[in-house]
Amino acid sequence: MTDTVGREAGPRGGDSAAGDTAAAATAPGGHRVEGTDKVTGAARYAYEHPVAGAVYAFPVTAPVASGTIGALDAAAALAMPGVIAVLHGGNTHPLGGREFELSLFEAAEVTYRGQLVALVVADTLEHARAAADAVQVSYEPSGHDVALRADHPRLYRPDKVNPGMPADTGYGDVAAGLAGAAARVAVTYTTPVQHNNAMEPHAAIASWDEAGVLTVYDTTQGPSADRDTIADVLGLAAGQVRVISPHVGGGFGSKGTTRPHAILAAVAARAAGRPVKVALSRQQMFTLTGHRTPTIQRVELGAARDGRLTAVAHDVIEHTALRTEFAEQTAACTRVMYGTPAMRTTHRLARLNVPAPSWMRAPGETPGMYALESAMDELAVALGMDPVELRIVNDPAAEPDSGLPFSSRNLVACLRAGAERFGWAGRDPRPGVRRRGRWLAGTGVAASTYPARRRPSTATAELTGDGYEIRIAAADIGTGARTALRDIAASVLGADPARVRVVLGSSTLPDAPLAGGSMGTASWGSAVAAACEALLKDGRHGRADTAGDVAGDEGWARHSFGAQFAEVLVDPATGEVRVPRLLGVFAAGRIISPVLARSQFIGGMTMGLSMALFEETAVDPSAGAFVRTDLAQYHIATCADVPSVTAFWIDEDDPHLWPGGGKGIGEIGITGTAAAIGNAVWHATGRRVRDLPITPAKLLNGEQRNAAGEPRGAERNNGE
Amino acid sequence: MRPFSYARAGSPADAVGQFRAGAAYLAGGTNLVDLMRLGVTAPDHVIDVTRAVSREIAKRESGGLTIGAGVRNSDLASHPLVRERYPMLARALLSGASGQVRNAATVGGNLLQRTRCPYFQDVALPCNKRSPGSGCAAMAPGADTAHLAVLGHSPFCAATHPSDMAVALTALNARVCVASPAGGGSGTANTGGIRVIEMPGLHRLPGGMPEQDTTLRPGELITEVKLPPPPGGRQAYRKVRERASFAFALVSVGALLDVGPDGRVRDCRIALGGVAHVPWRAHAAERVVLGAVPSAEVFAAAARAELRYARPLPGNEYKVTLARNLITAVLGELMP
Repeated sequence: MTDTVGREAGPRGGDSAAGDTAAAATAPGGHRVEGTDKVTGAARYAYEHPVAGAVYAFPVTAPVASGTIGALDAAAALAMPGVIAVLHGGNTHPLGGREFELSLFEAAEVTYRGQLVALVVADTLEHARAAADAVQVSYEPSGHDVALRADHPRLYRPDKVNPGMPADTGYGDVAAGLAGAAARVAVTYTTPVQHNNAMEPHAAIASWDEAGVLTVYDTTQGPSADRDTIADVLGLAAGQVRVISPHVGGGFGSKGTTRPHAILAAVAARAAGRPVKVALSRQQMFTLTGHRTPTIQRVELGAARDGRLTAVAHDVIEHTALRTEFAEQTAACTRVMYGTPAMRTTHRLARLNVPAPSWMRAPGETPGMYALESAMDELAVALGMDPVELRIVNDPAAEPDSGLPFSSRNLVACLRAGAERFGWAGRDPRPGVRRRGRWLAGTGVAASTYPARRRPSTATAELTGDGYEIRIAAADIGTGARTALRDIAASVLGADPARVRVVLGSSTLPDAPLAGGSMGTASWGSAVAAACEALLKDGRHGRADTAGDVAGDEGWARHSFGAQFAEVLVDPATGEVRVPRLLGVFAAGRIISPVLARSQFIGGMTMGLSMALFEETAVDPSAGAFVRTDLAQYHIATCADVPSVTAFWIDEDDPHLWPGGGKGIGEIGITGTAAAIGNAVWHATGRRVRDLPITPAKLLNGEQRNAAGEPRGAERNNGE
Repeated sequence: MRPFSYARAGSPADAVGQFRAGAAYLAGGTNLVDLMRLGVTAPDHVIDVTRAVSREIAKRESGGLTIGAGVRNSDLASHPLVRERYPMLARALLSGASGQVRNAATVGGNLLQRTRCPYFQDVALPCNKRSPGSGCAAMAPGADTAHLAVLGHSPFCAATHPSDMAVALTALNARVCVASPAGGGSGTANTGGIRVIEMPGLHRLPGGMPEQDTTLRPGELITEVKLPPPPGGRQAYRKVRERASFAFALVSVGALLDVGPDGRVRDCRIALGGVAHVPWRAHAAERVVLGAVPSAEVFAAAARAELRYARPLPGNEYKVTLARNLITAVLGELMP
């Protein structure tokens, strides 16, 4: 690797598209190939495909969180104008598959508020929606439990945590390490329910042809897997289902698995004998498309006087649904981050009357790094040590939990480069002493990390009349996958990128894994590069399947790392928090496309800022409901909140990665951001808010109790 | 959304003449259409009044302004006389919503927008404002009260009025002109005439009838807003919210301070947003400041006086502190 900081990721930075002159009109400086289509509205999203004769469907959902479903009376709805059918458990064939959410209306009992109960099909969306209100359903409510607590009586240990890791790990003597430490931190952090809230709602159009082949225009992070799931649920062969998804308006994990809207559309189209369109409302997205579990995280750290850790414990409590288990790997990042002679990580779940939690950008690392990196800051304060230095002295030689060597690890280089660029040197560590007008100013730092993985993929490459065509069932969820794959192919082929056309976003293309887990570019890029190499040998045609290569990816700990620095202002009179500056430096292997990479990094950092200060789906224990279920109430950072977010990167030349050498960049940007901001809030004010989001209410008011039974909100804390 | 009929009105008389029970007036639609989609409100007849009321801003002989009810929020905010003479109003408008929403929203509609209480908007939960007598989900243990009222609420409703503009109009002693239907809006031609309401009298506290946001009678239509001649002194509008843009106020303050040549305050107006079912005129605070020699201590005493009778709900105690601190800070900014 080079130990100097790479290029500044400015808006026109980057050299990946050097020589891309023919495409300059539409893709200057590596800008995405479909950019013009998107800004002119020519790009079609799932709901927008012109399908002749399509009708509309709108779901009926349960208004209670727990109970049995009694009589369902559709007579009034069926009599309303334009209504074609009302589908419910009593008139719909049982569905297959393993996922409760995709069984639609089969359940006789309600296990979360917002659960599907029926579907109305009508000639217009308005007619369908009006009739959905008229479907009469009686419920026999039973007691519900939606509140996660540290002392919940039914906590249990899951067999595995996402995506298949052990729930608990440990080595060494944690108690002894803490007892013998010169400085200790033992604190609890909480994070609330958060929702992915992609801009494009979950929507699908389903249409059956005479041969019984189902076409679904869906919004999905993976057309191949979506096809397989839809086929499984409907009892079809994979060849009888076609998923078409050329453009996806964001997913952040919520479109990584098939969601009920696609099954609803397919079932309704079969019943109606016509194509059917389904788009979930924003409110329905809060219950039918996944969310991030709330977390209660106990972190205990011990350190010797020189800052070296003597023990680390990270114990996590989170929720899952009654009928679906999803165990977020919140403490998994702690197994990677710092060297220590003793470590314990645990995960416990409570099954509540909530919709199933699922993937949301960097599941595990996002909440986990918030807690670990906040605790590291508290430890630095307790030790009287600079928080950058504390992280540097604890940088491990091998992955702490597994003992595996790192394929490359440049956290220290990121911390040093970031400190230099941010102007960290000479920082006065005292909290609450810097005034800027009515504001108190502070700075904070935190580390970022995310695993570098890939999955098997296939792809083909063809010589066409005027260039090359790459075919792969990849998904471009707004990341610029088409552009990145074009550049990878052009580089292998030695061709002008303008002559390379990438066809993706359909299950009829060669099978490919999801855009998820920051694995898209590595998984697809491996197959595209291999297909192009095969084409060069063959002269006309190349095909690749990377299953064998990927199986050999064992033996190394592969992770991206980064360091984020935040400057915050807090008005002590009002509790307003503003972040005038956020700066990240990342080491994520080789950066394939600087322009696209910059968007991923600053997008992740912006989402991390949003998590730190705004994002929260309130859970009402009496109503058994999520509240604030629209974008006027679930606040996401606006442009005014992010005046300066800058990302830099360090080039890594890591021989233990896929041939393209990238580690994946979709998620690392969100990890650690919230801790950097929280740490800066402490530096500005002397108040340590350990419950996200950090709001004026918490900064002004320390009297509430959090889910851990500890005082909620701000506490004066000088590191215990 | 339930089916409804739609008609355009050409004049206030035409509009109020068309009104009948179950009808709703439509202006910019930025709030009504959302509520119709959610099923919070379901008018069977929608009367489009965008061509029925004035879209003009006119100087009055008295030196004040007459603002047509159809004036867009963005046009009002950028009007030179508003920016120069009523800066509190321009600032309040610009702190509301987004550019796109301000381009569509009208003065009349802004005044009549409904609360954003999460329970009002979730039709499956009890809400006395949406469904009288059904109860108030916000009063249940653990409810999400962060954005609800701390002043003037009742056991039946703790909703807040969401408008920023109305807070400034309250502090500026604006008057709202209303066209009334004849004899209770029976559908005959309007002969009911014009009624004038001084702010904040347009809005009402929830009491036992939270379903009534305002003192308007059925079918009454806001036609214009009159601003008195510009007051002396300095004005400010500060809005506190979690994110920096496109969010309703946690608490906002519109204030005016005029200090006479003797060094004593001769005019002080304070109105609060985000704390009550109405834009809250802080008379108790004003009384402390009026006639006093302004100082940080006086302002703090004024803020304490206003919030003395605040009754926060479990979970929104911070609003009392915030309102107190914000009044003190904004008055401090207005010191000459």
